[in-house]
Amino acid sequence: MESIFGLVGDGFAVVAADTSAVHSILVHKSNEDKIMVLDSHKLVAASGEPGDRVQFTEYIQKNVALYQFRNGIPLTTAAAANFTRGELATALRKNPYMVNILMAGFDKEAGASLYYIDYIASLHKVEKGAFGYGSYFALSLMDRHYHSGMSVEEAIDLVDKCIIEIRSRLVVAPQNFVIKIVDKDGAREYAWRESIRDINVAAA
Amino acid sequence: MKLDTTGLETHAPLCRESSGFLDGVSAPPSFEVPTTNDFDGFQKEAIQMVKPAKGTTTLAFIFKDGVMVAADSRASMGGYISSQSVKKIIEINPYMLGTMAGGAADCQFWHRNLGIKCRLHELANKRRISVTGASKLLANILYSYRGMGLSVGTMIAGWDETGPGLYYVDSEGGRLKGMRFSVGSGSPYAYGVLDNGYRYDMSVEEAAELARRAIYHATFRDGASGGVASVYHVGPNGWKKLSGDDVGELHYSYYPAAAVSVEQEMVDV
Repeated sequence: MESIFGLVGDGFAVVAADTSAVHSILVHKSNEDKIMVLDSHKLVAASGEPGDRVQFTEYIQKNVALYQFRNGIPLTTAAAANFTRGELATALRKNPYMVNILMAGFDKEAGASLYYIDYIASLHKVEKGAFGYGSYFALSLMDRHYHSGMSVEEAIDLVDKCIIEIRSRLVVAPQNFVIKIVDKDGAREYAWRESIRDINVAAA
Repeated sequence: MKLDTTGLETHAPLCRESSGFLDGVSAPPSFEVPTTNDFDGFQKEAIQMVKPAKGTTTLAFIFKDGVMVAADSRASMGGYISSQSVKKIIEINPYMLGTMAGGAADCQFWHRNLGIKCRLHELANKRRISVTGASKLLANILYSYRGMGLSVGTMIAGWDETGPGLYYVDSEGGRLKGMRFSVGSGSPYAYGVLDNGYRYDMSVEEAAELARRAIYHATFRDGASGGVASVYHVGPNGWKKLSGDDVGELHYSYYPAAAVSVEQEMVDV
C-alpha cells in the first residue's frame, strides 16, 4: 500500500512519498514519482488507485493553470485545496475518485501550509499528515518529534526517521522514497531515498 | 411422506475405531473447515485468488539499440487451450507495437482504434505522434471505461523523435513509463530471467535471446502461457519481427534430452 506523509516547518513544507507502482504481487516500477508539482509554489502528493491518481491530479493541475491564465493571479494553497475537495465531493456520490492527497504550498501572506484531503472529500489544514499503512508508523513518530518552526535539517531528519521506520516495520515495505519541498523560492525535488537502484533509472 | 434420512446414516465401514461412549454411532470422516459463515463463498474466493489473471506472458524492454518486444501465443479458457497461435504483438503502425494481455477482443479493438487515432494525428499535425502521446490517448480511453469490465494489460513500444519509448497501460487506468515491463500470468517468471540477464548495452542478438529465453521460461512454468515465442525489435526505422519459435522446440534446444542410465532393465521373460 502506498505511503505518503508530510509536515510544515519554518517557512517551508515538506512531503515524502514512496515510489513503487505495484500490481498484486508484482512491483512494476520502483521510481514512480507520486508528488506532482501543481504550480510554482504547490505540491500535491497523491496515493490511491493508479488511474485515478494520475488523472485526478492532472485534472486539478490543468484547472489551477486555467484559473491563473484567466485571472492573471495564481490560486492560494487554501483555494486550491478547497477546489480539490469540491471536485472530490461532487464526484463522491456518483463516480468517486479513490485518491488521498496531501497538498503543500507556500503563499506570501499565509506562509507554508499543508492540507489533508482524503478520498471521501474531507479537508483539514494540518501541521503534519500521513496516508497509507506507513501512516501507522509515521504519525506517531511525527507526533513525538514534531514541534512548530522546525528547520529544514530537523524536518528532513524526521522524514528520514519515518522512512527508516516504514522500511523496517512494514511487511510489504516500499523500497524507495522521494522527498519534495516547497518554500518561498518555489516547489522542487529535495532528494530520493533509494534502497533498490535499477540499472538505468529513468524517472517518470 | 417418507422422510429423507440419508443424513442420519452411519458410515460404519469407514470408521477406524468404534469409540465406546458413542454407542455404535460413529462420527463421519471430517476435516477442519475455516471459521467462516459462508464456506462456499470462501472456497470460491480462494480459487479466484490463485486463478491466473490475464493468462499470457508478454514482455518489453528498452536497451541501447531500441526496444525488444516478445510474447507467447497461447489463448486459454479456464483449463482449455483454445489456441496456440494467437498474435499477441499488435502492429499499431510501422514504428509502434502494442502487446496483448487480458481480453483478446478488447486488446485488438482498442489497439486498432489507437492506430486510427495515431494516423489521424499524423494527418492533422503533419508529424508522427510520439509514444508518450499514443500511450496517453489509449490510457484516457481506457480510463473513461473504468469499471465497465474491459480487461486490457498492454505495453506500447515505439521509436519517436526522443528515441525509444515504452509505456505500460492497463484497463484500470494506470499508465507507467519504464525501461522494462512484463505483463500477464507468466510475468513473474519472465521478470526473474529478464531482470537478471538485463544490461543496457546489449547487442540486438543478445537482447533478442534474452527476450526469447524469458518467454520460454515463463511458458515452462505457467500453464496459461505457451505456443510460440515471438520476438520483435523496434529500431529507428520501425519494427521488425526477428523470430517466432515454438517453445517446445526451444526447450529441447536449451536442454537437450540426455541418455538416462537405466537402473533396472525390463527383461522379456
